[in-house]
Amino acid sequence: MAKRIDVSGLNAYYGSFLAIEDISMTVEPRSVTAFIGPSGCGKSTFLRTLNRMHEVTPGGRVEGKVMLDDENLYGAGIDPVAVRREVGMVFQRPNPFPTMSVYDNVAAGLRLNGKYKKSQLDDVVEKSLRGANLWNEVKDRLNKPGSGLSGGQQQRLCIARAIAVEPNVLLMDEPCSALDPISTLAIEDLIGELKERFTIVIVTHNMQQAARVSDRTAFFNLAAVGQPGKLIEIDDTERIFSNPSVQATEDYISGRFG
Amino acid sequence: MSHATLSPKRSSLRGATLPKWFAWAVAAGSLALGYGISAAAGLHSDIQWALIAAVLFVVGSYAVSAKVEGGRQARDRTATSLVWVAFLLAVTPLASLLWETAERGVKVLDGYFLTHSMGVVADAEPGGGIYHALLGTLEQVGLASLISVPVGVLTAIYLVEYGRGKLARAVTFFVDVMTGIPSIVAGLFILSLWVLILKMGPSGFAGSLALSILMIPVVVRSTEEMLKLVPNELREASLALGVPKWRTILKVVLPTSIGGIITGIMLAIARITGETAPVLLLVWGTDFINANPFQDPQESLPMYIYLQFGAGSDPAYDRAWAAALTLIAFIMILNLAARGIARWKAPKTGR
Repeated sequence: MAKRIDVSGLNAYYGSFLAIEDISMTVEPRSVTAFIGPSGCGKSTFLRTLNRMHEVTPGGRVEGKVMLDDENLYGAGIDPVAVRREVGMVFQRPNPFPTMSVYDNVAAGLRLNGKYKKSQLDDVVEKSLRGANLWNEVKDRLNKPGSGLSGGQQQRLCIARAIAVEPNVLLMDEPCSALDPISTLAIEDLIGELKERFTIVIVTHNMQQAARVSDRTAFFNLAAVGQPGKLIEIDDTERIFSNPSVQATEDYISGRFG
Repeated sequence: MSHATLSPKRSSLRGATLPKWFAWAVAAGSLALGYGISAAAGLHSDIQWALIAAVLFVVGSYAVSAKVEGGRQARDRTATSLVWVAFLLAVTPLASLLWETAERGVKVLDGYFLTHSMGVVADAEPGGGIYHALLGTLEQVGLASLISVPVGVLTAIYLVEYGRGKLARAVTFFVDVMTGIPSIVAGLFILSLWVLILKMGPSGFAGSLALSILMIPVVVRSTEEMLKLVPNELREASLALGVPKWRTILKVVLPTSIGGIITGIMLAIARITGETAPVLLLVWGTDFINANPFQDPQESLPMYIYLQFGAGSDPAYDRAWAAALTLIAFIMILNLAARGIARWKAPKTGR
């Protein structure tokens, strides 16, 4: 299921503004890769280029190559809708569909794509909710609105919704920044389980979190406001947090900026 | 300590406050005073003494409050009383209109009135009814909605979800212009196009065309606002699941905003139901029942009211008022239905 991502020479623009410049990296399958770096350095933008969500933003434009195994996501004739079925995404703020029940939220990906069998749906919903460690908490209220859950439950509901369509890669954009420590722990545990099946990329501002959950860490930075963000280095998490090869990384991690 | 409770110490956190009944006392006082002044000055209009009382109320509560409570509280009271005065100014005519219409309208409003036309009844005779007008209004408004709702909703979807650049700006501009078209001009436009150029006769459908010119911009505007209220995160969540954009709009964006959209449509329908001018020009009016909106003149409620009132006999006046009451009730039922649907369809937040 899990696939390798190979990025080379990637630039992303908002209109004429170059947001991230010349990024090349490899994301290993069945591993967690964390992106850290200051606000505005383009982590989220880069993450969104990995499932072609960047171009949903007005003026969003991408140059370069993103290989998912041996297919270039930005190659000619690639359907962004098909890409997003392969590369799922969890957002910073929990965003369950307010008109749908817990069940419908999880089933949304399959239902809205129109390719499912009714008999399978129950199984997929249960499997996804179990996969997101939410089944025991919501199994008695599957038909209640998804927006009635707590913030942490909503975020796990969103993860269940994302994994229900069986993507190859799961992108997470600061999935815990709106959650309390207990919910954060629940989601971090979940990430540990999910990496058995998926390739996971997570953006986080919490460096302890990056150290806890990730196998590899990429550090992004920007020279100044208005300058494009760049990938400074990517390495094994242990190495980044103990003995990074670039001074800027060490400064950022140890809290010495500027 | 006991004497401290008797005369609370002045602290910087606790100022003097007037009792709760103060506002009512000032209101009663200024009403009495306003009535007294106008009686003494020989003013006869109810409006005059009510306005004097309103001014007295605002000025009086400010003066007393400024003396006792200080400047900020006084300004607060002034703002509050201005809001109340404005509320009463707005509600009084409305209540009076409803009361007047109901009182005069119930005289002849009954089952017979709703189910018979004016076919063989002369204007000066009692009897007759509004069946033909009710039927005409329902058909014309229904046809106008059939045209306007799809056009309006689709335009709004285009503007919010797809529209970029020149075309979207042009559409927005023309929608704004259309919002400002007087109804008589819309009527004249369809008259010149449909009747004079295309040589079609007067019909309910011609009226519907003019009504939809008035209705489309209202539907576009309200739907646009509702669609803009849908958080972008929901669209992104759906797109990130690999759902195509059109299905995202159909299955996520529209269901989330459907309550507001329906309310907007109902308000647009209510607005055109009361239009007289285009109907007068294009539907012409008849005393007989014509169930076919595509051929020959029809009647409609606003036009019926206008014509009956113009007839000038007492039975005709009664019929006009009863028809007005029916029209108000019709629009009110539509509004209530809209609110009901909006509440029913609104995203649920319960646990």
